[in-house]
Amino acid sequence: MSGWRFNPIALVRAFLRPIDPMLTLLLGVLLGYAWVLMQSASPERLDNQLAHFGVALGAMWVVAWLTPTRLLSLALPLYAAGVVLLIGVELFGEVSKGAQRWLDIGVTRIQPSEIMKIAMPLMLAWYFQQREGQTRFVDFIVAGLLLVVPVGLIVIQPDLGTSLLVAASGLYVIYFAGLSWKLIVPLVLAAVIGIGSIVAFGDTLCQPDVDWQVLREYQKQRVCTLLDPTRDPLGKGFHIIQSTIAIGSGGLSGKGWMEGTQTHLAFLPERHTDFIFAVLAEEFGLVGAVVLLAVYLLLLIRGFTIAAFAPTHASRLLAGAVTMIFFTYAFVNMGMVSGILPVVGVPLPFVSYGGTALVTLCLGIGILMSIQRSRLVARSS
Amino acid sequence: MTELRAPAQELARFRLRVVVAALFVCVCLGLLAARFYYLQVVRHDYYLTRAEDNRIALLPTVPNRGTIVDRNGVVLARNYATYTLEITPSQVGDVEATLDELAMLVAIEPRDRRRFAKLLEESRNFESVPVRSRLSDEEVARITAHRYRFPGVEVKARLLRDYPQGAVGSHVVGYIGRINQRDVERIEEAGNAANYRGTQHIGKAGLEQFYEHELHGTTGVEQVEVNAGGRAVRALSRTPPAPGNDLELTLDIELQRIAENAFGDRRGALVAIEPATGGVLALVSTPTFDPNLFVDGISTQDWKALNESPDHPLLNRAIYSAYPPGSTFKPFMALAGLETGKRTAKQAISDLGYFNLGNHRFMDDKIGGHGMVDLHKSIVVSCNTYYYQLAHELGIDNIANFMAPFGFGSRTGIDLPGEATGVLPSPEWKRQRFRRPEQQQWFPGETISVGIGQGYNAYTPLQLANALAALVNDGKLYRPHIVRHVIDSRSGERRVVEPEPLREIPLRPANVKAVLDGMVDVNISGTGRRAFQGAEYTSGGKTGTAQVFSLRGQRYVEGKVRERLRDHSWFVAYAPAEAPKIALAVLVENGGFGAQSAAPIARQVMDYYLLHQRAGQPAAEDVEADESLGEEGVNGAGGGPLVPALPPVPAGAPETAR
Repeated sequence: MSGWRFNPIALVRAFLRPIDPMLTLLLGVLLGYAWVLMQSASPERLDNQLAHFGVALGAMWVVAWLTPTRLLSLALPLYAAGVVLLIGVELFGEVSKGAQRWLDIGVTRIQPSEIMKIAMPLMLAWYFQQREGQTRFVDFIVAGLLLVVPVGLIVIQPDLGTSLLVAASGLYVIYFAGLSWKLIVPLVLAAVIGIGSIVAFGDTLCQPDVDWQVLREYQKQRVCTLLDPTRDPLGKGFHIIQSTIAIGSGGLSGKGWMEGTQTHLAFLPERHTDFIFAVLAEEFGLVGAVVLLAVYLLLLIRGFTIAAFAPTHASRLLAGAVTMIFFTYAFVNMGMVSGILPVVGVPLPFVSYGGTALVTLCLGIGILMSIQRSRLVARSS
Repeated sequence: MTELRAPAQELARFRLRVVVAALFVCVCLGLLAARFYYLQVVRHDYYLTRAEDNRIALLPTVPNRGTIVDRNGVVLARNYATYTLEITPSQVGDVEATLDELAMLVAIEPRDRRRFAKLLEESRNFESVPVRSRLSDEEVARITAHRYRFPGVEVKARLLRDYPQGAVGSHVVGYIGRINQRDVERIEEAGNAANYRGTQHIGKAGLEQFYEHELHGTTGVEQVEVNAGGRAVRALSRTPPAPGNDLELTLDIELQRIAENAFGDRRGALVAIEPATGGVLALVSTPTFDPNLFVDGISTQDWKALNESPDHPLLNRAIYSAYPPGSTFKPFMALAGLETGKRTAKQAISDLGYFNLGNHRFMDDKIGGHGMVDLHKSIVVSCNTYYYQLAHELGIDNIANFMAPFGFGSRTGIDLPGEATGVLPSPEWKRQRFRRPEQQQWFPGETISVGIGQGYNAYTPLQLANALAALVNDGKLYRPHIVRHVIDSRSGERRVVEPEPLREIPLRPANVKAVLDGMVDVNISGTGRRAFQGAEYTSGGKTGTAQVFSLRGQRYVEGKVRERLRDHSWFVAYAPAEAPKIALAVLVENGGFGAQSAAPIARQVMDYYLLHQRAGQPAAEDVEADESLGEEGVNGAGGGPLVPALPPVPAGAPETAR
């Protein structure tokens, strides 16, 4: 206390202390992609997105600066608040684009489902931390319940994309916590067979009078359009058809920056948000797309490394789950834009326009950084 | 032990799971990479084509239609630029509602709506259909400002056809109209579908129809980039259209006007030909019509008025209606007598006022007859008996064989569509014409009627005029033609339409002279005397009367017969007699005796052509004024969408400024 004096270098070092150089570098590359693509896809929104960068990076720094312990202590309140807000949405929410997702809390409108993307893995990691070394089957049932309640609330909004991501984030924690392979393998098999049969019998299932029970009509439409985009070439299939044309016409090296005809002649829908990958693939070709894949892969490897060497059980689970969330975002988005997954409204992580998703994702990076720092601190002490 | 081992076990298990997850991630990202490779390398060509198809639209650039001018350069058909308001029905949900909304911006009359409804029925769904033409600048601005509200509604710059002479010469010039389903089939059959892409009008009648291939030109192509909304945002390349070729006619529009005026409100036809070339100087059919009515799509009322009028204004009587030639046939009969040796010029017969064949008596016009009649007198006084006898002696086969080379009973081959054949009667013709055997037989009495130009004889005024032209041209028969030059739009080269001699009929000059001398005397002391009194030039003529209604032997008294059943009045003439520069045939329907109604028309036409025309230079000045007017503002946008972002297409300016 008494030895404190103004020392700019120490201050900067203190400021940079929680920052992981590798993650920062990869994040920088991804934001660079966003900056370059946004100029082509929607230059008028560039300034907005740069502001989002600032907010997101600030949030990331704050989280990175906190210790994992502190973060985990926030798990329960955050989770509880999230669930309450989700119920609030169900009761008082605003309808936008046919779905009830927003809650007006006076100052601003918030999307509680977004909170759950962070709160869910935190909560489950925290829970398994409590059961460390004595995890039993019943714990997985409890975790499953903790998962199902908010996911169910999001599904009925309805918001398939977010519920999928929230569910995935929880499932990843459960997976890393050691759910028996005997349960995982049949589940995965069931999913594969289910999807396979939908593909195989798509024509019959997509008849207008067939009611899918579990999924809503618009979700059924999305799946059906995915199976055969030409079914509705001017409506829902238009997105997929135009984005595959954009990607395919890009070729090996692309048409050149700002030269994408699909992008610049407005054939590509939502080109600055969910379909920004098609802009990349059209203007920078296979090379640009594969480099992006490589950057994501490096980011994921970094995340897995941090997870593998994290000092505590909870931080391991958390780091693993966060990494897998990044993967899920990237895979689902690129899969949907290139036409191998249904259009579910998941942004391309760190690249798509939009503040909320970017903040959430950067919070994830912050969590990784916080865990990495705690490991270094643990080792040095 | 277990207490300590458990976390380590969990760590090991966790790391295994991380490895499994990492493998899964690699597989999934590999899957994406494979998908990208498939789309971007394997199927690249396909998707590139799809992208190009998306963005590139080929827009046809409609060529400027060639203009038509008369022999002095007076404009008969030209183009003028106008803005039209057009709707593409396939892009508009509720056409009626759109019209209602548009009506708040620009005036849309009930008449426009009716025409639009008619055009809508005729057109294909993806074509734009004009609602209004001749928009004012203000109206254009108003619509352009509200364009975002009206997808599928466009203001287009179009060239519209204009016929500045109005109804004068309308049967010759014809008109254009919107391409209908039948035209489309014809175009496709001819393999011209590509060249007509974007073209909305086609020649429907007259020269506009006959010379469609010259007038239309070659359609250009513009490659434009379109956005997802289908609007052109940028031109990539363009092949300019080649405007249609211009036509310069042998026709003299002032002469045509004089002739048409001379008819007054009588129905009839006139064909004036330059004997030395076969060039048509005037080709009249009255009543006429205003071809401008057809350009925008004719309204139902106008169409009804034209189509249902008992006067049949749309009928081109000069080339389509065949009438018995009456006495105008006599000079040809006389020549037949001389050429076949059945008569000499001096040989005279005694005309008692009738001719008996079997127990049928053929009457002369003049009670008691003309007395002694030789060939000359037979023409001058138009003596029937002379020709009854001559026809009887010649026989129908000789008559038919002699007349056929003059073009009687066959198409002249004039450059106008819809020419009729006429009838040159013969036993052979009768056999083919009738079904029942008793009708097929040729009766000798029928030969007698043919001899004075009645009976089955039926020729178009054009045929008669052209036969006369051959007669005064020492037997040289030309294919009559209206177009003198085709002016190539690109090279400016004037292609001459050479006079095309069809045949040279071997005639002895002395015989021809004998007949023509008779015709000259017709205008001096005969039936044409009164009409040609005091003419400053020499001329030859022959009156004729074509029976409309057989009175079965009763004497014809004009006042007692209803107007529509009155005889048709003929007059054929040529001048100057020494070296004919004009040969013509005039027909006045139900005009009565030829000398009364037809001959004065011939006189007026000849007076103008031979006397007034030399001084008639002012016509040439009109030309230039008209022409500059015609070309002004024609910028060849030819129906492309108006894209303000694009510079105005400088298409036709150099090409049309000739």
